[in-house]
Amino acid sequence: MSKYTEDDLREELKTKEYEYGFYTDIQSETFPVGLNEDIVRAISKKKEEPEWMTEWRLESFKIWKEMVEPEWANVHYQKPDFQAISYYSAPNSKPKYDSLDEVDPELLATFDKLGISLDEQKKLAGVAMDVVVDSVSVATTFKKTLAEKGIIFMSISEAIKEHPELVKKYIGTVVPQKDNFYAALNSAVFSDGSFCYIPKGVRCPMELSTYFRINQAGTGQFERTLVIADEGSYVSYLEGCTAPMRDENQLHAAVVELIALDDAEIKYSTVQNWYPGNAEGKGGVYNFVTKRGLCEKNAKISWTQVETGSAVTWKYPSCVLKGDNSVGEFYSIAVTNNYQQADTGTKMIHLGNNTKSTIISKGISAGKSQNSYRGLVQVSSRAENARNFSQCDSLLMGNECGAHTFPYIEAKNKSAKIEHEATTSKIGEDQIFYCNQRGIDTEKAIALIVNGFSKEVLNKLPMEFAVEAQKLLEISLEGSVG
Amino acid sequence: MLKINNLHASVEDKAILRGINLEVKPGEVHAIMGPNGSGKSTLASVIAGKEEYDVEEGEILLEGENIDDLAAEERAHKGIFLSFQYPVEIPGVSVTNFIKTAINETRKAKGLDDMPANEMLKLIREKSELLEIDRKFLSRSLNEGFSGGEKKRNEIFQMAMLEPKLAILDETDSGLDIDALRIVANGVNKLKSKDNAVIVITHYQRLLDYIVPDFVHVLHNGRIVKSGPKELAHELEEKGYDWIKEEVNA
Repeated sequence: MSKYTEDDLREELKTKEYEYGFYTDIQSETFPVGLNEDIVRAISKKKEEPEWMTEWRLESFKIWKEMVEPEWANVHYQKPDFQAISYYSAPNSKPKYDSLDEVDPELLATFDKLGISLDEQKKLAGVAMDVVVDSVSVATTFKKTLAEKGIIFMSISEAIKEHPELVKKYIGTVVPQKDNFYAALNSAVFSDGSFCYIPKGVRCPMELSTYFRINQAGTGQFERTLVIADEGSYVSYLEGCTAPMRDENQLHAAVVELIALDDAEIKYSTVQNWYPGNAEGKGGVYNFVTKRGLCEKNAKISWTQVETGSAVTWKYPSCVLKGDNSVGEFYSIAVTNNYQQADTGTKMIHLGNNTKSTIISKGISAGKSQNSYRGLVQVSSRAENARNFSQCDSLLMGNECGAHTFPYIEAKNKSAKIEHEATTSKIGEDQIFYCNQRGIDTEKAIALIVNGFSKEVLNKLPMEFAVEAQKLLEISLEGSVG
Repeated sequence: MLKINNLHASVEDKAILRGINLEVKPGEVHAIMGPNGSGKSTLASVIAGKEEYDVEEGEILLEGENIDDLAAEERAHKGIFLSFQYPVEIPGVSVTNFIKTAINETRKAKGLDDMPANEMLKLIREKSELLEIDRKFLSRSLNEGFSGGEKKRNEIFQMAMLEPKLAILDETDSGLDIDALRIVANGVNKLKSKDNAVIVITHYQRLLDYIVPDFVHVLHNGRIVKSGPKELAHELEEKGYDWIKEEVNA
């Protein structure tokens, strides 16, 4: 008779290796390591940017130089040496392709390994993709359909050239250059990213989807995403990430800005599966992301994230509820295993009247990992009748991991109604045995329990993403089969 | 069906079962009674394959096959079902989703494909009617916020869905009022056939008025010290367990 104890559970969790660990050998052009004004200029020049963009980058760089890396998060790591990183790397096989046949077959093989081949994705009804491999967009599909509706969906580099008025008007308005250390760095050196504009009253007919990859040894990736939903429009945006296995730490400092104008709605969903480091805590991606959305009158922004990867995560997708009656939502599942550390949560800034926010956070910790929820609900003195509901649940596996909750509430208006609920639970041997007795093996039992725990958030994801997310949860937490 | 020979089992080096012998044939209902701490629930857990118990001696045969080395889920696949005394909660997993997973995992173990959705639906409808279960109940999270009666009814519902060869009901009557007891017992009776067997573990005679046993065994200090026909249960109800203890010690 096989025994199943806490020790076995821990052992099993330890043995799961990163499934998507491989490195694609695509010829790249990479800048020398280090960061100074010349490098910033060179990036801008390489990308054939207009003068105003170069200046904006230089200004950001000046701000960044004066800033220090924040230390308040509940994470501990060897700080990256910012002068030892190469700030630009682009696949060589340019120019852009009209069809998949022209894309580097190695790259296509990479997608095949990930199970997200473009072919497959194309068949998936209603999904258009802007694929980002190592900072430069190499393939865009469904562009025509979108163009008919006046929707702009392209890499941010293209947008800077083709729609400078839009980029100039909105970039840095939600996440200013000086917002924080990593945002300033990103503003100076961002390599590429996505740009999306939905015109007035248009409902985007498909889920917009971007896959990010980090693919070149030692190159930090600095994505910049800008989504603008004009008055009365709607868009659902999916962002999914995987990265190859690497030994040295890789830095990732992205900035995502969402702008929802009056009566607009943006749904932004993320599945993040970057390399978390090995079982001993060696390697893995540092993920320092600034994501923020601005809601004008009656607008709504929903952040949904499933975070299973990265060695260190520092990420707080937030909503600035500026307009009256605007709504902000944050649904999060964060999984940490082995030596992973996550400090993630949200900020809901209530500025307008009758603004409403909902926060549902599910943290799952296993191994020796540390998983923190950090959230701020702020109600300004002028915001009448603001409402917030927060729920933070933690699920622990084993005895060596940690779950922490840091909820901050600042209410300066007496009419505010703020609710906060928190629970902590543990997967028990009794639950496992109960499942075993019904014919469900331990691995499946853990998946079942974890999926049940995460259900409220999984339900918020678009269908095809939810399936992928469930798979990821299982991969991240279960022992390898057979 | 089930044959237990000289079974000795312990937990954390503490001997609990000290030489159990029991044979259950298809179509039979056996009641196992005994005072608190006599080893009733341990016996149920050991048959089901709970890992914290060490089997030190003896063997358990299911249809002639020694199942000592099988994990709990493998025993379940072979048709052993345990109705828990304290069913656990699994938040966010509906009764339907749970039973669907259980059935399909069992089918997978037998090399079968998942049960087609319409077939599953039909089976659920049929069994929930049999046990007078409200359909709304099936969408609730497994055992979360269930009353004692609902938990036990849910156990019997799962038993009905899985159609085990051997069902062990561990103190299924505890925490049930008389109406709930009747519904649960009726359910068990409806599921009984000449091909399956039931072991009823109980402290009281009460349940045995509804699920009538063919044999009654008295467990004391980890041994079956007395076996007899159903009338033995009535005798125990009247006289308590002390006379048995005296008889054993004499």
